Amino acid sequence: MHMELWQSIPFACILLPLGSAALTSVLKSGFARRWTFLVLTMVTAVSAVFTVLMARYGASYTYMMGHYPAPWGNEIRAGLLEAVTATFFSLVMLLSLMGGVKKIDDHILHDKQSLYYVMLLLLTAALMAQVYTNDIFTAYVFLEIMTIAACSLIMARTKGRTLVAATRYMVMNLVGSGLFLLGIILLYDLTGHLLMSNIRQAVSALAESGQYQMPLTVVVALITIGLGIKSALFPFHTWVPDAYGYTTPTSSAILSALVSKGYIFLLIKIMYRVIGLDVIATTGIDNVLFVFALVGMVMGSVSAIRQSDIRRMIAFSSVAQIGYIYMGIGLGTDAGMMAAVFHIFSHAVCKAMLFLAAGGLADASGNSKQFRALRGSGFRSPIAGVAFTIGALSMVGFPFLGGFTSKLNFAMAAMQADSGRMMLVLITLAISTWLNTIYFLKTVITLYRKPVEGMEYPVEKGRRGFCFNASLVCFSLATIALGLFSQYLIEAITTGLTMFG
Amino acid sequence: MAKTRNDYENSWWPRFVRWLKNGSSALDDAMYGDLEEEAVLPDAPAGDAEKREAQWDERRRLLLRDEQDMYSQVHAWSRSKGAKLAQWFYRVTAVVICLGIIWMLLQTAAYLPPFGNPDNPANNEVSRRYIEQGMQETGAVNIVAGMILDYRAFDTLGESNVLFIAACSVLILLRISSEKHGGDAVAQLEAEADDRMYEPKNDLILQRIASFLVPLILLFGVYIIMNGHISPGGGFSGGAVMGAGLILYLNAFGFRKTERFFTFKTFKVVSLCALSFYAVSKAYSFFTGANHLSSFISPGTPGRLFSAGLIPYLNIAVGLVVCCTMYAFYTLFRKGDM
Repeated sequence: MHMELWQSIPFACILLPLGSAALTSVLKSGFARRWTFLVLTMVTAVSAVFTVLMARYGASYTYMMGHYPAPWGNEIRAGLLEAVTATFFSLVMLLSLMGGVKKIDDHILHDKQSLYYVMLLLLTAALMAQVYTNDIFTAYVFLEIMTIAACSLIMARTKGRTLVAATRYMVMNLVGSGLFLLGIILLYDLTGHLLMSNIRQAVSALAESGQYQMPLTVVVALITIGLGIKSALFPFHTWVPDAYGYTTPTSSAILSALVSKGYIFLLIKIMYRVIGLDVIATTGIDNVLFVFALVGMVMGSVSAIRQSDIRRMIAFSSVAQIGYIYMGIGLGTDAGMMAAVFHIFSHAVCKAMLFLAAGGLADASGNSKQFRALRGSGFRSPIAGVAFTIGALSMVGFPFLGGFTSKLNFAMAAMQADSGRMMLVLITLAISTWLNTIYFLKTVITLYRKPVEGMEYPVEKGRRGFCFNASLVCFSLATIALGLFSQYLIEAITTGLTMFG
Repeated sequence: MAKTRNDYENSWWPRFVRWLKNGSSALDDAMYGDLEEEAVLPDAPAGDAEKREAQWDERRRLLLRDEQDMYSQVHAWSRSKGAKLAQWFYRVTAVVICLGIIWMLLQTAAYLPPFGNPDNPANNEVSRRYIEQGMQETGAVNIVAGMILDYRAFDTLGESNVLFIAACSVLILLRISSEKHGGDAVAQLEAEADDRMYEPKNDLILQRIASFLVPLILLFGVYIIMNGHISPGGGFSGGAVMGAGLILYLNAFGFRKTERFFTFKTFKVVSLCALSFYAVSKAYSFFTGANHLSSFISPGTPGRLFSAGLIPYLNIAVGLVVCCTMYAFYTLFRKGDM
């Protein structure tokens, strides 16, 4: 098959950050920062171009990583959904770094900052590889990189509770990795392949002949639960609040917006391209996910209401939103998957913005994240206040914002499911929206209330950086665009999912 | 006698009993010791405009008192017996769930294809080509080297970066920084380096044996790396052997001697060179392979030292990364710097 030059873009998106990571480790922190910005901008721009070209090309293709064809050598695969996801992930990564770059300077020791940028670049490379890979073992290797990089992002601020949080994160995530690896090993034993499309054929044959039913069910359970732990699905979410709550804002934004979403994207890919939705349905694991997701949607929000710290509240809200995504997956239909993928994007944009804005608001309130101290911070830090309001409204599901389209998609997908699931989804959606409203609107009102009398806020030195404001404006525009022009993205996701099958 | 008692206290059964009885371990105390977030609320004396707030606070306080009166007995119970019961329940449930998972996995293993059966799904065209044509296609007599560094070189590229990122994480966590410790970073470093107080200093036996063994170990590591494509071995195992040799040298002769040839800068430069060489050469190979261009890399004559295309050079790169990572782990955990 003849290859055009533009078809090498996925390869470049993986190799460029991967190759430049080692270089970054020897640079001084200032150069490392500029170099990281340059690489991330290049990856984002190139991915955006690639999305346009893929939409015109209209089909998926595979790309050999080396001189040997697929089942023997490694290969990556690109379709429309992969292109869109890569663009979103790299964009959110770039904007999160931009918004928190000043805080990184404050929070992380100067002689360790270049190592922080190494982590960011390797995380980008691993996310890109996760998105494009067509080989389940490659996915595992880059999943390890993601785990270690995420752990370093948490503990990069070597202070306070971050060390405990990082330890807890490491333990939980290694359990998840272990289950996932065990699942892959058993799957290889049953099928003799590591390439996704070949496993799919072998699994279909096994499902038809009825052979190895029991190990196959265990494999599906191990892989799903492993990735569920790593992406903070409800009963396995206990590491979330500490991990997201105390690090530097860029780390929180990237962890909640990208790292957990990378695992979910991998799970969706495995469901479509490795196991197949029909086999998943016979194992019944989608029902388990569905129940966990529904409970998570409610319990995450209930926990969020009880917080008195703004960042822990946002972290618990992430648990609820991950529940939404898993609910879409648990519906087991194409419409449900579409809604889940759309929510991955809308939540990634929105949650990264909320974490960055919360960081800015806390800065304007004497570095306290308690609600009592945050009163009136919307006036002291106007752009962060507006951005937080937009993000909160989107989370609640205010029309014309990304979150509204998400919720609409979920409701529409539920209408196509059987009546029992439909009722459960609609009722839980209503309860969850109500709970979201309670804690997000409470926060927004707090931001614009009169400050507690007698409370002195230190006058800020200089203005908050241009980067911070620019990143929040970009995030707000993206949230609004996701609400207003959602049909293009929905079409792209639907086409991409059909290319998956 | 006291020593025996201490040994017994630290062995696994008493620790298990203590864990079951909800005793906290020394590690927990150390971790949570002074790890509270420092953000404190600014003082806020209640003014006139705060009256309503104060009223609400008062009412909440009264409600809380009522509730406490009502449930004081329950609370007392839960503080003494209830907490113990809940803890006990939690621990027993954890053990039961673990046993359940173990039972399920053993059950699964019983249903798997029998071990060593030629009809197993894993014995398919994939492994057949590796075994039958591996040597001709990659030029490596050791087909494992051919698989990990040529057929599936992309995975190994990721894997060597896993090592690199692990070393970087430990650097972030443990490297003593002059900024954090202020002026006494040097003193701190010296104190850490002087941890041999309890060990025999300048142990003659260790030094004599090390001066004999270290060159042999390093040479053996080089041999394993350089012969990785011909005989069993390769970058990962050879690098581990070389790292062990360096650690032995460090233990025998101390940091003063090793700092002459291995510092933090050496670590960074060697990792940079090895990983960049790997990434660039493999990027060339991936790109030419995907676009069906011919590359100048040829398998050569199998069995020769310089054959098998890129594999010996990639083995060297991987070996250097592994060696540096092992040595870095050791020095960082022991001293906090290299």
